[in-house]
Amino acid sequence: MSDTPTKETAPKLTQAAIVRAKAPKTAFKPADVSPSRRQRSYSIRLWSVRNARFLEGFYKRFAGLFLTLHPFWNWIGYGRAERPVTFVERQVKGLMFDCRMCGQCVLSSTGMSCPMNCPKQLRNGPCGGVRANGNCEVEPDMPCVWVQAWAGSQRMRDNEAILKVQKPVDQSLRETSSWLRVTAQAAAEREASKEEAA
Amino acid sequence: MSIDRFLSDVERPLAPLPGHFSRGRLERVLRRGEFAVTTELNPPDSANPNDVYDRAAIFEGWVDGINAVDASGANCHMSSVGICALLTRMGYAPILQIACRDKNRIAIQGDILGAAAMGVANIMCLTGDGVQAGDQPGAKPVFDLDCMSLLNTARSMRDNGKFLSGRKLTTPPEVFLGAAINPFAPPYDFRPLRLKKKIEAGAQFVQSQYCFDVPMFAEYMKRVRDMGLHEQCFILCGVGPLASAKTARWIRSNVPGIHIPDAIISRLEGAQDQKKEGKQICIDIINEVKEIDGVHGVHVMAYRQEEYVAEIVAESGVLKGRKPWHRELAPDAERIIERHEAVDKPLTPQQIIDEVVH
Repeated sequence: MSDTPTKETAPKLTQAAIVRAKAPKTAFKPADVSPSRRQRSYSIRLWSVRNARFLEGFYKRFAGLFLTLHPFWNWIGYGRAERPVTFVERQVKGLMFDCRMCGQCVLSSTGMSCPMNCPKQLRNGPCGGVRANGNCEVEPDMPCVWVQAWAGSQRMRDNEAILKVQKPVDQSLRETSSWLRVTAQAAAEREASKEEAA
Repeated sequence: MSIDRFLSDVERPLAPLPGHFSRGRLERVLRRGEFAVTTELNPPDSANPNDVYDRAAIFEGWVDGINAVDASGANCHMSSVGICALLTRMGYAPILQIACRDKNRIAIQGDILGAAAMGVANIMCLTGDGVQAGDQPGAKPVFDLDCMSLLNTARSMRDNGKFLSGRKLTTPPEVFLGAAINPFAPPYDFRPLRLKKKIEAGAQFVQSQYCFDVPMFAEYMKRVRDMGLHEQCFILCGVGPLASAKTARWIRSNVPGIHIPDAIISRLEGAQDQKKEGKQICIDIINEVKEIDGVHGVHVMAYRQEEYVAEIVAESGVLKGRKPWHRELAPDAERIIERHEAVDKPLTPQQIIDEVVH
């Protein structure tokens, strides 16, 4: 196991912690929390997991709507639609899931808990370091993203999706809209099947 | 003249066998149905190869595989590829650990090829601890792949002979793929399913986190058996001696993912010699887990107590008289050594001519 318990794994004072401890209370403390924690809050994220079943149904209808809008996207051009849609997607999903804009959303397979919030960015399940109280090993005050994901997935209709092995993240898709890509792919598939039938 | 020069073919890989994916001894031992023993080498903080050789020598003849850890606990040590290179030179069967924390997919795939070329037959795919746990918390955490996609990548390199990009390999790596399991951390319901996922991704053997709670492990194994996973993958239970009750307490509160029940700590506290009792607890746990259906071996992790591994294995009797691989002299080595000694004798030209003439 790489997780050999060693004296060396004792929580050591990081540079950030030393700066924090030495500075007076009123001073500017840039390193008050770890970088990943600094970018996140998780009250709404936890609500989303609790309501995973509702969001699953909602997203299904929403994706359907986006697909019916395919002629419209085509008319303005997917390339031109990209920026405004990405902006809206970032705001909405950022608020609801603390979305990190990986551009290849797997929320439906992870119980509506965004796996990119995991400090190790695991996309296939929890690591071995989950604390007994269900919190993260790296961020002791954060509920483990994957403990949440498992709970959320069990509330969903498609509770088997979490068992599918996910491919590694394609970093070149970062900061792009996964809504538009999913729509474009679905439209292409629909056309291909139509051609086959014809 | 060093005796090491006359060892029988230590560096040659074994002949391929049908149904085997690697040419290593660990896979053969497991597929023969023997109870396997693996252990972990404490990586040195030095550039001296003898540090690795000395640390490996104490396991010789007691284990079927030696894990070369990849910066365990995010602490910097000699690299696992380097350790494996040294171990394969001596003929040991190393298990190369790859943690996703430090390398991206480009570096990892290169390492897999390099390691396989050096004769590494076993690769263990891990996610790795977060950088905050180690001695250099300011490092950039990479985590480009996770253990599951790493397994998938290594398997497709071996079975399809292709990189992740689809580019072809001229010779695919022949490796036996491993992964880690931790039945002792939440979400408990998901843990057996996660093992199933790892098997689907390519895991052929798994080593578990330290097991101190046998009933909990038995419960996990029951669910594993219900899903038939013990027939698709070799399961090695992780065990190890605790040095003292104080260490146990410290591990329990500081190392996430290791579950130590109160009973173990009170048993340690009640003992006269805590170190000895820790070893005895480890032996008792081995004796309990080896009876669990579906357990194919043990992984003995004795961090900084490596000298106990041989005793633990011997006293628990898990090998049932079997002697795992150890270095031995080639059949005619003695005659070669004699001859070398004769040659090494300084002779004057006159003496040589005398010997040839008479």
